[in-house]
Amino acid sequence: MAFNYDNYLRLEKMPTLWCWGCGDGVILKAFIRAVDKLGWSKDDVCVVSGIGCSGRFSSYVDFNTIHTTHGRTVAFATGVKLANPDKHVICVGGDGDALAIGGNHTIHGCRRNIDINFIVINNFIYGLTNSQTSPTTPQGMWTVSQKAGNIDPTFDACELAIAAGATFVAREKVTEPRKLEKVFIEGFKHRGFSFFDILSNCHINLGRKNKMQSAMENLNWIDAITAPKKKYDEMTPDEQLNLFPTGILKQDTEAREYCDMYEDIKAAQQGKRGLVTQDDFKKKI
Amino acid sequence: MELREIISTGNDLAAIAAVDAGCMFFGGYPITPSSEVMHTISDLLPAAGGAAIQMEDEIAGIAAAAGAAMSGVRSMTATSGPGVSLKAENLGLAQMAEVPLVLVNVMRGGPSTGLPTRVSQGDVRQARNPSHGDYRSITLCAGNLAECYTEVVRAFNLADRFMQPVIVLTDETIGHMHGKAMIPTVEEVKKGIVPRKTFEGAPEDYRPYGVGADEAAVLNPMFKGYRYHFTGLHHDAKGFPTEEIETCRKLIQRLEDKVMMHTDEIELNEEFMLDDFDGSEGEVLIVAYGSVSLAAKEAIRHLRKDGIKAGLFRPITLWPSPAKRMGELVRATKNVLCVELNIRQYTEEVERVSGRLDLEGLYKVNGRAISPYEIVNKVKEVF
Repeated sequence: MAFNYDNYLRLEKMPTLWCWGCGDGVILKAFIRAVDKLGWSKDDVCVVSGIGCSGRFSSYVDFNTIHTTHGRTVAFATGVKLANPDKHVICVGGDGDALAIGGNHTIHGCRRNIDINFIVINNFIYGLTNSQTSPTTPQGMWTVSQKAGNIDPTFDACELAIAAGATFVAREKVTEPRKLEKVFIEGFKHRGFSFFDILSNCHINLGRKNKMQSAMENLNWIDAITAPKKKYDEMTPDEQLNLFPTGILKQDTEAREYCDMYEDIKAAQQGKRGLVTQDDFKKKI
Repeated sequence: MELREIISTGNDLAAIAAVDAGCMFFGGYPITPSSEVMHTISDLLPAAGGAAIQMEDEIAGIAAAAGAAMSGVRSMTATSGPGVSLKAENLGLAQMAEVPLVLVNVMRGGPSTGLPTRVSQGDVRQARNPSHGDYRSITLCAGNLAECYTEVVRAFNLADRFMQPVIVLTDETIGHMHGKAMIPTVEEVKKGIVPRKTFEGAPEDYRPYGVGADEAAVLNPMFKGYRYHFTGLHHDAKGFPTEEIETCRKLIQRLEDKVMMHTDEIELNEEFMLDDFDGSEGEVLIVAYGSVSLAAKEAIRHLRKDGIKAGLFRPITLWPSPAKRMGELVRATKNVLCVELNIRQYTEEVERVSGRLDLEGLYKVNGRAISPYEIVNKVKEVF
């Protein structure tokens, strides 16, 4: 039987403001299926979003929802989570949101390893504001802010998250909705900071001057620039150059989660244990 | 009211007050001269079962505090002027989404990096409208050590009453001042706590922003079955984005009216040695606030000894200003001296509410406190 999304959607908010053929809806549906499979109560979930097309994600789903300022998603979510460590907190941001204006918050959310799930909808462009260069726009592509071609080097969002200390890092794409759902379930179950770089299409604003005017052309391009991690790892550097690996790229179940560590601080300040010292950590520097 | 004696600093008192007032979350970032608020609350909050976190920047400090506040707990951040400039963005969101939050600003010299370790009252005008758009800031200003405690407590109660951020201004002098203060007992503070309103009916009937034209939003704690939406966009009764003409107008008008139609609940002033003022020739009214009022009071004692009938009007709530009372007093007294550690930031408000443009002023912007003698000499020079 087909999955019924109605229970999780704010139906009065439909249709969404997303363009026809936009990949954001695929991500929204995979997210809902993941939450449903995990059996989470809607009351126990908080969805936090920033600004951009992805910012509207929070208003469409029937959870406790916060639409914050541009890029500040993870910072707001940190307050929600630390004040309510037993609840589930999901952040949704775009590539501009998470990697440009909110880059600092992304880095430090990863570093703290707080149990927040951060879905970055990466469509390689500022879509809502009409085609400006984002930190993931490939060099040489046309944008409205660089009509002679984008010269700005690009970010690999997953490499950033791994380097910053996120303990679950995965990349998937909207052309494979089943894999999306699976990777969400894995990441949501993970206790720690889960970072998802989800490649999505914006044929309207990325594609229109970059020879991908239809959703299908844009989606085919996403398929052409990705390879499953296993395959990717077997390739030569030359073959890897223009590909992003997909799948779970990092999972560290050893590292302690921030709210769990904060319980030690509470216990220490309440005299229930000694102070936290270097002896509590395997890695000393 | 039952009082207790404490020897402490202004910054520590602000932290202690927050915890006594039921604050359960603090998000901050190091900045001179307010850092001690974070240092102290980082010990006190986990001991009380709450949480304090040093975030990656000032913006994140207030964002985390606002996130916790949205989830339903009393929450605070503390900073100084440059930090307020950065926090302005999310102060705006908290105004728009009606998130109760306390921000303590321990003022230092500005603009920009200014004089990090020295005193100023240069953020008074900023506190009125830290971010863009129409809303009414509620700003309190502690004038002595005890008020670093009582004004923070009052700020938490006002934030929950009016469902918006409340700014408490102190300054480097008072923040780092160390001495004895008489403050209310914890029991007195607990007795005075007015928790934010909640909606008890069926979730499908819940309209968090669907309140009367001069009322504050009713925002239930998160995770309790009332799933709603926060946004900085113009929003409807349920909190969802809208551009509907009347809804937008009513929302912004309500943000104005929820404060301006209830200023009696916010206004707090001190009138020092004004009892014998009768409008006779030679009376000198000093208008000052914050740490400057300590020097002003000392100056008034000296002036009185010298036979000059001087008195002080001290607004403790700076914004909204005590327009009626301040206007009356200033209009009724010929000789008025405004004393500020900035250039006319509040004097312009005194002028506005009194309709007078002939006020004398003593302004100091070199990072040093004003001494009582400077005020005495100024009074003798100009009146």
